[in-house]
Amino acid sequence: MGAFFSPFISQPDTVSRIMFKVLLALVPGIALYVWYFGPAILVSLTLASLTALGTEALMLKLRNRPIAPFLKDNSALVTGWLLALSIPPLAPWWLIVVGTAFGIAIAKHLYGGLGNNPFSPAMVGFAVLIISFPVQMTQWLSPHGLGAVELGFLEQLKYIFLGVLPPNMSLDAITMATPLDTLKTHLHLDEPIKQIFAMPIYGRLAGQGSEMVSLGFLLGGLYLLATRIISWHVPVAYLATLFVTAGIFHLADPSHYAVPLFHWFSGAALLGAFFIFTDPVTSPTTYKGKLIYAAGAGLITYLIRVFGSFPDGVAFATLLMNICVPLIVLYTQPRVFGKKGKRS
Amino acid sequence: MRTLYQFHGGIHPPGNKAQSTQCGITRVPLPSRLVIPFRQHAGEAAKPAVQAGEHVLKGQLIGMPCGFVSSAVHASTSGTIAAIDAQPIAHPSGMPDLCATLIPDGKEEWFPHEAVDYRNSDPADLRQRLRMAGVVGLGGAGFPSDLKLRFLRLHPSQKIDTLILNGAECEPYITCDDMLMRERAAEIVQGAEMLRFILDAGEVLVAIEDNKPQAITAMRQAVTESKLPFEVVVVPTIYPGGSAKQLIRVLTGLEVPSGKLPTDIGVQCFNVATVYSAYRALAQGELLLSRIVTITGNVRHAQNFEVLLGTPVQELVALGEALPDTDRYIMGGPMMGVELASLAVPLVKAGNCIIAASGKLFPPAPPTLPCIRCTRCAQVCPADLQPMDLYWFAQSREFGKAQAFSLFDCIECGACSYVCPSHIPLVQYFQFAKSEIRARAQEKQAADHARERHEFREYRIEREKQEKAEKLAAKEQAIRQSRAAATPANPVPGPAIQPEIQAAIERAKAQAATVEPKNTDNPTPQQLAEIAGIEAQRERVRDLAKSAVEHTNGHDKN
Repeated sequence: MGAFFSPFISQPDTVSRIMFKVLLALVPGIALYVWYFGPAILVSLTLASLTALGTEALMLKLRNRPIAPFLKDNSALVTGWLLALSIPPLAPWWLIVVGTAFGIAIAKHLYGGLGNNPFSPAMVGFAVLIISFPVQMTQWLSPHGLGAVELGFLEQLKYIFLGVLPPNMSLDAITMATPLDTLKTHLHLDEPIKQIFAMPIYGRLAGQGSEMVSLGFLLGGLYLLATRIISWHVPVAYLATLFVTAGIFHLADPSHYAVPLFHWFSGAALLGAFFIFTDPVTSPTTYKGKLIYAAGAGLITYLIRVFGSFPDGVAFATLLMNICVPLIVLYTQPRVFGKKGKRS
Repeated sequence: MRTLYQFHGGIHPPGNKAQSTQCGITRVPLPSRLVIPFRQHAGEAAKPAVQAGEHVLKGQLIGMPCGFVSSAVHASTSGTIAAIDAQPIAHPSGMPDLCATLIPDGKEEWFPHEAVDYRNSDPADLRQRLRMAGVVGLGGAGFPSDLKLRFLRLHPSQKIDTLILNGAECEPYITCDDMLMRERAAEIVQGAEMLRFILDAGEVLVAIEDNKPQAITAMRQAVTESKLPFEVVVVPTIYPGGSAKQLIRVLTGLEVPSGKLPTDIGVQCFNVATVYSAYRALAQGELLLSRIVTITGNVRHAQNFEVLLGTPVQELVALGEALPDTDRYIMGGPMMGVELASLAVPLVKAGNCIIAASGKLFPPAPPTLPCIRCTRCAQVCPADLQPMDLYWFAQSREFGKAQAFSLFDCIECGACSYVCPSHIPLVQYFQFAKSEIRARAQEKQAADHARERHEFREYRIEREKQEKAEKLAAKEQAIRQSRAAATPANPVPGPAIQPEIQAAIERAKAQAATVEPKNTDNPTPQQLAEIAGIEAQRERVRDLAKSAVEHTNGHDKN
């Protein structure tokens, strides 16, 4: 009989269950991913899961921590899945392994493990990959019916694990640039935006297929909001800032700047809004702080996308805003009951 | 409809109140032995007023209030005081405390007592009566009620606008206030009028959570029948809505400023059971000898009992018939109660509930995981604190920071621990940090005191040294001068003063011979007088010698 303290009752929620619900909320997006781009993403998710759990166990052992309770908390899986969903599914197998292992070992455990990492492990993994292996990070699949040739699942597996393509087939024929990248490249060529969006890669709102995947993440995000795993502050402030910033540029020069909705449904914006910027460990704890943090992230995302050299800005927006978290939290402390000041 | 306000946070744990409200309050049979602690209230323990072996009557004073924050303690029944010694009590520290052991004689013979006509009494007199009747807060804090009725007006315009009767009873399982309101509503209403009279308060509100419909009906009816202008306000069921500061906010929209008292904003708040015991004390002259206790949890018969103070908890538990898998007992509610180390402890004034616990009813919390800063604790904190930050400061022993982040505004309600998905015992961390800070403050005070005393001692020694040196120097000076006068460098002094000088020199010489350096430490008054006399003489001699020298010099020049 151990220590028995009040309160003697508690809510049944656990870290493990919260993380499980986050994984569950990713499922609609993953399902649509498979629907539009084929099952290769499941391979990266599996690789990421195995690497995440393996690295987590190894690091816990090296740190002399109990392994079972921490492996069961599902947090490593969330890291692995978020990274897998951020990189091209057709990338060589070691890419996701290196990224996940780096994220878990360096960004998470070297900073003290669960709850102590100042930077989002998945996004640190992403940053390492896009800086170290920029070529492999561009091997995005084209959605069904758009590519010149389509690989079967077995052929995809062969390429992922062995780097072997079917004879007479080039990598260019089966992969393509992302809608964000395509837009940037063609704008550099001074093509009018209307003409660019007439390209087959674009769908109703953003990229064909990828806009639907984003919609899946939006659905999952609404589930997280409904189950109160996340609060509205981060997604609303992030999407609103992204929308307003994009809107201002678009209104100023519609021929060069895409409509705000395009930015919502492109790249990792919706994944970020509901799953990455809402990471409790690396985001501010105060409501006001969450608003500032997410607004900053929205602005940085847009600036990197439109004016930066990287195709998307979500990962670097996360890391840059992670740096500011302690300061934001310090200056957004809510008013304590019975103390002077305004209620926030 | 009255506008109600909200406080931040709060939780909705399962109420579990139905079990113990199936039947009415039952009187507990007289136990074979009562153990009555002298400290059943916040503040100083009462001073024993009886001796072992003495026969006492029911309601006879056995503990005299001692100090400003203190209250009286009485014999709960007639019988013999078997012992006055330290006995185990229900305190989290497990430390025994001074108690009177009373063996009842079964006669229930009352000590003479009388009612008082409060309307024709002085409020100060009524407060004294409550103090001597041992009336303290029965909601759990045990703060002497007479002190809460002392309202010092700093301005004539200051007034208690609102008197609140707290019948919220927000803790799960506890139903003693609920049952009291259902069965003794009229007495509570009369008691409220008495307290209103003492405080000269404005409106009177009776706050009851909406999960107690019978109590609400009973109280409303009692108010109507009394024709008093009181209002029964139904407040939403939320924990910790019964905490005084939170309840005041809900009813008035006002917040008691941090570190201040409700009276500072013109509000005072009493638990309904306290009001009931105040009524008994004033209207019937009956002292606080018993209270209503909920026996619930893992028992066959969950019920409320009227229990004599000092009744061993063991006998109470037996009335509820605990189920065989009961492995521990909790005094108080499941949110803020404490585990009883032993059942051989007496029931005291603050004991509102005893819960039999089993592993099934209160499963042990899963192992603690690190904080993931999910902020659920902050979302439920009724004091608008950031518990995850306070936890971080407490565990890294950054107590200064914890204090700066308002640690002492924490009311230890346990809502944060309740929702923590990492199952961190947050309240225990905060209690630990608070006690460390208090201990350090005490240590610092003691150290400051010691340092001051040391510094003063150093100063005193230094001063004495200096005084000694000054005296010595003065003495040497005197000797030197007298010598200089005695050997007047051979010039011929004026004949007129010559004999006088000579005499002075003789005197000085004689004195120099007799006055020896003495131990000047701790001189007696006699010695002091002597010293003063000598000093005066020396002064005279010095003057004389000086004038003589001047004279001779003058002569030389001529």
